[in-house]
Amino acid sequence: MNKSIRHKFLKGVNITMVTGVTMGVLVIFLAPFVFMVFTSLKTQGQLAQIGAPIWPAKPAVYSYNDAELEVFKVPMANCSGQDPNSTAIKELAAKKKGRQSTVFIDPSNPEAGEITCKVSWRALERPWTWSAEWGNYSEVIKTLDYPRLLWNTSFYAIMTEIGVLISCTLVAFGFSRFRFPGRDFLFTLLVSTIFLPGFVTLIPTYTFFQKIGWVGTWLPLIIPSFFANAYDVFLLRQYFMTLPRELDEAAMMDGAGPLRVLWSIIIPQSYPALIAITVFHIVFAWNDYFGPLVYLSTNRAAWPISVALPIFNGIYGSKPELIQAGALMAIILPLILFFVAQRFFVQGIVITGVEK
Amino acid sequence: MFEQLSKFPQLPSLAAFRSLTPLARREMRNGLIFLSPWIFGFLAFTLLPTIATLFFSFLDLKITDQILSAPKFVGLQNYIQLFNDPLIWSTGSTPGSLWVTVLFGLVALPVGIFVPLGLALLMNSPYLRGQWVFRTLFYMPYIVPFVAAIYLWGGMLNTESGWINRSLMFLGVAKENLPGWANSTSLLTGVYPAYVIMGIWGVGNAMLIMLSGLQGVPTELYDAAKVDGANGWQTFWNVTFPMISPVIFYNLVLSIVGLFQYFQVPLVVNQGTGRPGGWTLFYNLYLYKTFFTYQNMSYGSTLAWFLFLIVLLVTIVLFSTAKYWVYYAGESR
Repeated sequence: MNKSIRHKFLKGVNITMVTGVTMGVLVIFLAPFVFMVFTSLKTQGQLAQIGAPIWPAKPAVYSYNDAELEVFKVPMANCSGQDPNSTAIKELAAKKKGRQSTVFIDPSNPEAGEITCKVSWRALERPWTWSAEWGNYSEVIKTLDYPRLLWNTSFYAIMTEIGVLISCTLVAFGFSRFRFPGRDFLFTLLVSTIFLPGFVTLIPTYTFFQKIGWVGTWLPLIIPSFFANAYDVFLLRQYFMTLPRELDEAAMMDGAGPLRVLWSIIIPQSYPALIAITVFHIVFAWNDYFGPLVYLSTNRAAWPISVALPIFNGIYGSKPELIQAGALMAIILPLILFFVAQRFFVQGIVITGVEK
Repeated sequence: MFEQLSKFPQLPSLAAFRSLTPLARREMRNGLIFLSPWIFGFLAFTLLPTIATLFFSFLDLKITDQILSAPKFVGLQNYIQLFNDPLIWSTGSTPGSLWVTVLFGLVALPVGIFVPLGLALLMNSPYLRGQWVFRTLFYMPYIVPFVAAIYLWGGMLNTESGWINRSLMFLGVAKENLPGWANSTSLLTGVYPAYVIMGIWGVGNAMLIMLSGLQGVPTELYDAAKVDGANGWQTFWNVTFPMISPVIFYNLVLSIVGLFQYFQVPLVVNQGTGRPGGWTLFYNLYLYKTFFTYQNMSYGSTLAWFLFLIVLLVTIVLFSTAKYWVYYAGESR
């Protein structure tokens, strides 16, 4: 009995320690999100002020007889009618500021009337109250032309998504359901293209697209997505391989051609994998910086958010609150997508990473 | 994903095609029709441009005032220039771009393997409560676009207002000893660790892969180790590590290939200037500038092909070491 209690106690200690450490690491890991939200809601004034709190705030004020009075932290020892040895510090609103002495009102007890203190108001610290500057967001939305960026980025994501889904499904079906000499060679060749540095193909490709006048348009980014890519084909092929062949064979006996089998038998069984490559591709397109930078930088009206953000920040480098608000604008939609579809993200990664 | 790469299948012989039955011939035809999008794409966007790049590297080809110069065959001259280029090879106080890439790798690769492995071990602990929530939240920042992550972590790393240096000051670090991050060349507290931190949100992917590797280790193996009286470290080294070595190998290969293509972060953070003092002029950034800024097509192509050869060599070396430490279950050793 005693032993089992001790055992339970030790297990409890272990659980508390491991979970506590993980929680601590997670807090540090996610701290930039808090930093982003806090900074994006601050005013320029607060950012310039040394010793200002880390949360969005403004110096406290007190409304008194239709006037906004600034609140200060006043050492009470210097005030009229107070104990000169007092160490108390009270938050008082300054009614009449002066260099030698200042007249205050106590916001917690305004009926008590004026309190005169022999302090210069300039030397006093001010307490801060929570205050969010939502105007930063409207300014960023306007300067970035956010609706346009959102449209451009979504357009890019959706058009390439169509290409990826169609081409990768066809190719993965070809690799998983047909046997012929050389198939494994081609599949290995496909996987090994992951290792090919992008720059090896970029220079002639870019030059070619420039020659035919496609630079500055979406075409060089959208068209290649219709020709399949290694990661998505691999993921779909692995998934198709796990589907039993009996159903295909039965359909073929009934005279269904390969396209019919793909459409009516394979695709209806593959929604988890198809959704996984869909969400991965949206995240990829949202994140893609280099492709749009290279092909669209001359066409400002077509910029996606990843290209616009660094340029915007180059102009507003001295305004951290706008930079963080802009970053939040770029993050918010992928984040929503993640929380809606997080199950599919996890499944997709396990298929590509763990399967050989 | 990489197991089949370690035994690259051979091209089939002509005899294999000749002996096909009519039915098998039809199957092959249908299969190739389905593969055709990729086959065309591979020829048009991979094979042909790769050969063209090789061809360009033997020419003198520049764009001046938007006009392409007449191509002139110069033999190996571009390669001779490459092997004598201090912007690639210098190991002095202004390091060359290849040396920059290697130095950064020394800082970034251990983090890229051990941080996800450590997180995965934590997630796999039987003492962790709420594993599902932690797993989701540690993975979540992976989907944040890297451009946005740069500004978030960049703000955190600001030497004066950033939370990291503020926390260090709070912990009692003197002002003059605070890390200089992006302004410093220190390997421990300078621009390379700053870049690693800016990319730390990418670890969620590797963490999930390693976690599912850990979850796939049969519990009988742990029971057997316990019966044999193995301690924690012995169990990790003799049971856990061999069983998850394929996923570690997978992540190592992808990290190293990624390292040799690394340049987007310095391109955004320092606008590709190489600040501080050339320490962030990565090989690919140099390549990017050679082509897009200086419009030197032939030298850019030479740099690209040389990069290709480096990646190929590194990959071959990595795969040839795999048989000594990567254990694929079901395969006799």
